[in-house]
Amino acid sequence: MNIQRRDTLKAGGGIGVFGLLVAAGMIKPGAAIAARDQAMFSASSLDEAFQAMNAGTPTESGDVQIVGPDIAENGAVVPVGVTSSLANVEQIAIMIEKNPNMLAATFALPAGTLADVQTRVKMGQTSDVFAVVKADGKFFMAKKEIKVTLGGCGG
Amino acid sequence: MAGPMRIRAASADGVTEVRVLMSHPMETGQRRDSSGEPIPAHYITELTAKHGDKTVLTAYMGPSVSTNPYLAFKFQGGAAGDTVQVSWVDNKGESRTDEVQIR
Repeated sequence: MNIQRRDTLKAGGGIGVFGLLVAAGMIKPGAAIAARDQAMFSASSLDEAFQAMNAGTPTESGDVQIVGPDIAENGAVVPVGVTSSLANVEQIAIMIEKNPNMLAATFALPAGTLADVQTRVKMGQTSDVFAVVKADGKFFMAKKEIKVTLGGCGG
Repeated sequence: MAGPMRIRAASADGVTEVRVLMSHPMETGQRRDSSGEPIPAHYITELTAKHGDKTVLTAYMGPSVSTNPYLAFKFQGGAAGDTVQVSWVDNKGESRTDEVQIR
């Protein structure tokens, strides 16, 4: 067996899994999904995700806070909240830089809903968590490192 | 498989806080079962919360959200006795809607 053949097989296998994921992502019924921007969720780097959100490069702002632990014992359930004192917040996104699916969730906030959301996310490993907030058409972000002692993906 | 959501909505000082605990596997598609086969992705993609007829939150989720997702948010308005309705759709097209009265 030559080494090249092995590499080819490996590459093929990789594409297979990727293809499956894409297919799983694509088979989506109904109009309700149309509003969900798949490009955002399939982004694998911070820049890609910002681009998909049309966010440019968000300004780091002290008016955006990430509420979460400094150390998460269990990466499968990490409580993360985002609050902001900015006015007219329209959108909040939570991103975990080192997860295979970076973007955990985005929230569209109509007028009257406060910029204060909490959820729980999975984290495969210690990573920076980003909160991106769109207020008055501008993007702001905050960053917080959360250390994970036990990964949440794959168990 | 998807059981009912547990929703709590409480109003205080003109602000209603809604807390939702969904029952969903939120499978990422990256894990493998004991025979090495990938477990297909199965996760909630979209959630909508309504106060009466008014949408108060739309959330789009990816597979990075934890199993049995928890979500808390606050909106202005809402009085005790009003109805808050939460519904989600997952990537397999399954959906669920539950509602609760604000306390």
